[in-house]
Amino acid sequence: MSTEQTPAPAPADKIRCEACPVMCYIKDGRSGACDRYANHGGELVRLDPFTVLDRAVEAGDKLVPFAAKGEDWDGEILHQGNTFITAVGAGTTYPDYKPAPFIVSQDVDGVDMVTVVTEGIFSYCGVKVKIDTDRHLGPETNLVRADGEAVGHVMTGEYGSQMLSLGGVHHLTGGSKKEGRVTCDTLMKLSNGEAVELTVDEGATLIVEAGKAPVINGVTEERMRVGCGSATIGMFAQQWFGKVDDVVVVDDHITGVLSEHQAGKVLGVEPTGISIKGRRSTPGRYFQVAEPGTGWGGTDVSDPLTILGDFNPKVAKPGQSLLMVSTTGEQYAYFELDADLKPVQQDLPERLNVSVDRIAENCEPAMCSVLFMGGAGGSLRAGVTENPVRLTRSVKDALTYVTCGGAPAYVWPGGGITVMADVTRMPSNSFGYVPTPAIVAPIEFTMRLTDYEALGGHMDAVMSLPEAMELAARREASRGDIPWPMENSHYAWRHIEG
Amino acid sequence: MNGAEATWLTEGTRMHMHHGPIDLVIGADGPASARDIAFRAGWARFQTVLPELVAELPVLRTPADPYDPVLPQPASPVGRRMGHAVSRFAGPCFITPMAAVAGSVADEIRDAMLAVAPGLTRLYVNNGGDIALHLTDGQRFRIGMASLGDQSAQMDGVVDLTRADGIRGIATSGRRGRSLSLGIADSVTVLADNAAMADAAATLIANAVDLPDHPAVRRERAEEHDPDSDLAGQMVVVDVGPLSAPQIAGALASGRARADEFVEKGLIRGASLLLQGQVEICGSIAPQKIAAGSPSFRTDEVA
Repeated sequence: MSTEQTPAPAPADKIRCEACPVMCYIKDGRSGACDRYANHGGELVRLDPFTVLDRAVEAGDKLVPFAAKGEDWDGEILHQGNTFITAVGAGTTYPDYKPAPFIVSQDVDGVDMVTVVTEGIFSYCGVKVKIDTDRHLGPETNLVRADGEAVGHVMTGEYGSQMLSLGGVHHLTGGSKKEGRVTCDTLMKLSNGEAVELTVDEGATLIVEAGKAPVINGVTEERMRVGCGSATIGMFAQQWFGKVDDVVVVDDHITGVLSEHQAGKVLGVEPTGISIKGRRSTPGRYFQVAEPGTGWGGTDVSDPLTILGDFNPKVAKPGQSLLMVSTTGEQYAYFELDADLKPVQQDLPERLNVSVDRIAENCEPAMCSVLFMGGAGGSLRAGVTENPVRLTRSVKDALTYVTCGGAPAYVWPGGGITVMADVTRMPSNSFGYVPTPAIVAPIEFTMRLTDYEALGGHMDAVMSLPEAMELAARREASRGDIPWPMENSHYAWRHIEG
Repeated sequence: MNGAEATWLTEGTRMHMHHGPIDLVIGADGPASARDIAFRAGWARFQTVLPELVAELPVLRTPADPYDPVLPQPASPVGRRMGHAVSRFAGPCFITPMAAVAGSVADEIRDAMLAVAPGLTRLYVNNGGDIALHLTDGQRFRIGMASLGDQSAQMDGVVDLTRADGIRGIATSGRRGRSLSLGIADSVTVLADNAAMADAAATLIANAVDLPDHPAVRRERAEEHDPDSDLAGQMVVVDVGPLSAPQIAGALASGRARADEFVEKGLIRGASLLLQGQVEICGSIAPQKIAAGSPSFRTDEVA
């Protein structure tokens, strides 16, 4: 029998939760007996489902403070208009002919607003993944696999990034049972911000995690390059002019040479007699100076002189200077020609430090971004209105604003309500699954109460904000980087009433 | 430290009580005066339940052993309910009184309310899916089971109970619930004479749904998962990969054998076992209506 009243201090990696008499020790990454409080990296956080975003709570505040519940609880402490009910943990009423789990109304600056929240079951959904890298991940349209199962394919190479399309109805429900399950699992993990290992047929093995640097064939991609070698010449020609005789920017795609490049010519940079091994595209721009790799600028080059031929003795002069640098600024070397016109490496002169640093400074950290994409144009709409197409029209007419877990959703033009949302802007663990298989994701529709009534909304099911707050168990600070869902600038009627 | 809290969900008929890991949703029907006095009594009793349990946690976490006469016994009213319930199952099975904690709290509060308000026609105390019930003649409960982990519509089930059925406790246990499990069942729902018995039985049946040494079943020492667990030293299931239909059937069959044994001994009245979409049902109470169980009943469907 324990009679101890003063507990021993918590071990280093554990927090002692004092929210209730159980006083659990909670290890990092675990939750207490109640599953309500958890240790996230040494900080006690509240994590039960059904999330409320609270604009009144300063971002960065501890999440633990929670509206006191009690018989004499004053509903007025909820500042109307500063609280937004999200669908995270709200549940769903599949199939959706019943009203959505929460239809909440509140007064926002004199306009009676209603938010219909539901966790949609999306069997027609996927994620679009942008991977900041110039490395070759695999040919376009080749399959991307997780656990050996096809879960998507390689799309296009975009500026400094490779795009993958994962999920979609054909992988979720069109293939084998295992394919569907693995696809569902992959989508859920990516959307919840977990790391997933993917392999591309005839391509790379990747570790992708939203908001984190990609790991490609075991190597973490540190930075996005500033641009290709030619672009880098264009950006920095002015800063090099007069400080060095020539510059070579080494890059796997296009290697640039200042003295031959249009940017150098315009400035009046003299020819230097340099020759580059590689296939010349246009003056000062060379393809394929080396093989792809993990060396300089995404090539396999470790000694930059290997991409140079002999200098032309009719043009080059002894003492002539040359800067070689990669497109991330991570590698650089400075040379001067000796009497035999051979480059000899010297320390980088002070005057060139700035330009090398600036290349590095202009490279953004390489990141994976994951956009959840799903169609909410189906039966889910029936949870909102008796006449589903009216919801679609209301969204298109900007009378209804769509969010996913409070984060803004981009609504695609054209038919249906096809939305995309950045999963890193949504509350943690917003996504779930059902064994159909399909992804369960939060979605909220916010509009004026009058517009809700006009589109055939389930008016009987509308509850007040304090009523909904009774059921809410998780309260999060709203984030400075996402627009507040009830800002009237989202709505077409702002012109009339705003 | 936060104390116990109580809030009306529906003024006069449904109340939410919360303290630490305990959440009760209590619904009462009957004359207004009876409901009023019952809720007051339930609230008065509830406020000290958690401190009482915390004070004797070491005893409550000690495995029950019917053959050990000097084993310390729980002293608090809820602790005694827990100890009594699990002693009926102890012996061959590993079990600690904690296996019946949720159901015992529900039974305790129901009885505290009924003691002062016998005029209530219906009462339920739902402790996170472990439910203590009270019915009078002519009344019935229609209890919906929402399969939270498994939302395919066909998995939902409904069971209708009348006083004549004699069921006063329902509980659900399994991997999709909050507690650690030694087995792989997604959920096991049990109908019994009281919630404490249902709770203990659901835990044991869920533990018996298992595939020992199967590579798709990942286990971890309980203390790795929860340093304070009463299951310290036991291997708890932390992940179950996809299983083939025969494997699922095999795991369910071993759980069913234990459930049948409990039914034969009169310890429980019925059970439904769910694993990866397959269902096993046993017992005498309208079993066909229990299509499947879940980690928690959708309390708003208890009506």
